[in-house]
Amino acid sequence: MNIYIVKRIFTMLLTIWAIATLTFIIMKCIPGDPFASDSRALPEEVLQNVRAKYNLDKPVPVQYALYMKDMLSFDLGVSLNSETRTVNEIIKQGAPVSAIIGLQAMIIAAIFGVILGSVSALNHRKFIDYFATTIAIIGISIPNFILAPFLIKYFAVDMPLFPVARWGTWMHSVLPSIALAVTPLAIIARFMRSSMLEVLKQDYIMTANSKGLSKYKIVWSHGIRNAILPVVSFIGPLFASLITGTFVIEQIFAIPGIGRYFVESVFNRDYPVIMGTTIFFSAVLVFVLFIIDMSYRLIDPRIKLTSEGDGK
Amino acid sequence: MLEVNHLDVVFRTYGGEVKAVRDVSFHVDHGEIVAIVGESGSGKSVTVKTIAGLMQSENAEIRNGNVLLNGTDLLKMTEKELRKVKGSTMTMVFQDSMTSLNPTMKVGKQIEESIKEHTGLSKSERKDKVITILKQVGIPNPELRAEQYPHEFSGGMRQRVMIAIALACNPELLIADEPTTALDVTIQAQILDLLKGLQANYNTSIILITHDLGVVAETAKKVIVMYAGMVVEKAPVDQIFKHPGHPYTEGLINSMPDVSTDKNERLIPIEGSPPDLFSPPTGCPFVSRCKYAMEVCEHHIPPEFEVKYNHFSRCWLHDERAGVNHFNANKEGEETDQK
Repeated sequence: MNIYIVKRIFTMLLTIWAIATLTFIIMKCIPGDPFASDSRALPEEVLQNVRAKYNLDKPVPVQYALYMKDMLSFDLGVSLNSETRTVNEIIKQGAPVSAIIGLQAMIIAAIFGVILGSVSALNHRKFIDYFATTIAIIGISIPNFILAPFLIKYFAVDMPLFPVARWGTWMHSVLPSIALAVTPLAIIARFMRSSMLEVLKQDYIMTANSKGLSKYKIVWSHGIRNAILPVVSFIGPLFASLITGTFVIEQIFAIPGIGRYFVESVFNRDYPVIMGTTIFFSAVLVFVLFIIDMSYRLIDPRIKLTSEGDGK
Repeated sequence: MLEVNHLDVVFRTYGGEVKAVRDVSFHVDHGEIVAIVGESGSGKSVTVKTIAGLMQSENAEIRNGNVLLNGTDLLKMTEKELRKVKGSTMTMVFQDSMTSLNPTMKVGKQIEESIKEHTGLSKSERKDKVITILKQVGIPNPELRAEQYPHEFSGGMRQRVMIAIALACNPELLIADEPTTALDVTIQAQILDLLKGLQANYNTSIILITHDLGVVAETAKKVIVMYAGMVVEKAPVDQIFKHPGHPYTEGLINSMPDVSTDKNERLIPIEGSPPDLFSPPTGCPFVSRCKYAMEVCEHHIPPEFEVKYNHFSRCWLHDERAGVNHFNANKEGEETDQK
């Protein structure tokens, strides 16, 4: 078990390094220049000076080596757009905001998704099932940038329960979290429904039935734990992408999260920010996947984590 | 104690209706072990699952009949009333203990669950009870074993756990659906001994489903033979082995391997295959495979003939119009013996 964890951490670091390298290569393949898009037309000598300052005049392999050296000391560089902000600062300020919204969205999606899916499996082919399935399909079909303005209109403007936008109190986080939760909730509900239907056909459910337990008790104590495993493997990557910020929702609600930098840095060819946000995202993803794998062991006692094979 | 009268169960499928159980009647007395035998698809499992209230699937329909447990009709009970009976008065042991136990729940908890549902015992009392039951079914180290998961048990031990679950609330009737089929022979014998011990010590009635006639001879007092959804014969166990009253039963007994015969001797199969239950034959279901078949067998389902005291057979050969034959000749012989 301990050997497994050590090996696992080693592969996690290797994965992050591989992602960083690939991102670096792809990033350098994009034509353009961080300073070319500047509205002021800079004289050629100034441009050369600026490039030299950020080592952009050196050959690409050298730039790569320099970047990796900094990365090892957790220095992700300075944003090329605003000299005063380091990438570390950007992540430090934006990540917690994104994480709060993402975490709340994830909790809403997981709890209600599991309940909705279980209830519709339990009432298979009855009205509640069709109703829940319809809700789920609507949830999957409506993109969150459509839903968000509606939420703002009804729950912030018509009925001023929550602030329209911006960041500050917990109340500010409610609408964005809900807007962000709907699609994952619907997907989890559909996963849960099919997984639960499969579990309800199992022999041990009949055993539970023969004990005289009520059907809700059967689903609660025998169904959910067995049905949730496939759902958990889907929740992992979803969780990682939710807590690292989403561009659209943060844009609509004017939230200072990290999602904005992710997208804008690419347009601006802000190389250190592109690298920084990508590495941050991959680190979170890799870590969450590790946690998910560990949690399988808790959910299903038959799964043993070993250092052999693929670790399952 | 348990009485099943004229039970009819139908499955609705896309291909039409499957008449899985037709006009099944039998009764089980207190402390009696009754075996139901028959080949796969003969309706044994459907019959007992109907009795145990486990047939609420959407495509099964109980057309007719009643199931009286101590005088109350289980089929007329509300779900809530039935839940009180299930797991306490009437419990069930299933064939495959690997899939019948929840893989993600500790064994002790799976036993405790029905105690919690049906008694008012406190948590520590329940824990003690679980340990006592595990001991009773012969599981060593019960304190440790209760905290383990099913995959940490061997097949025989898992089946003991299944029996422990069934025993948790001291049932009056235990239904065992092929409890030994998935086990090897030595373990089979242990499990059967365990069941027999329960019946002897606690006067529990047991319905034992099996397709192993050896098991029947070993344990049961009364035998019910099912074929194509019908009870073709029911009789006390010694009677059925010595003087089977139905050609199908006779075929089953003849097809059993016999240790006393020469190794090279081939087993005697029953030729043909069971009828299609989408459209069962209008007459006797066994007619196409029966070597004694008569004209009447083609067109009319035979009624139950009482061959001897407590020995019933659905076969036209017992009708007096069939004349003297193999079956009633036997009977006559028996009677002359007694004289």
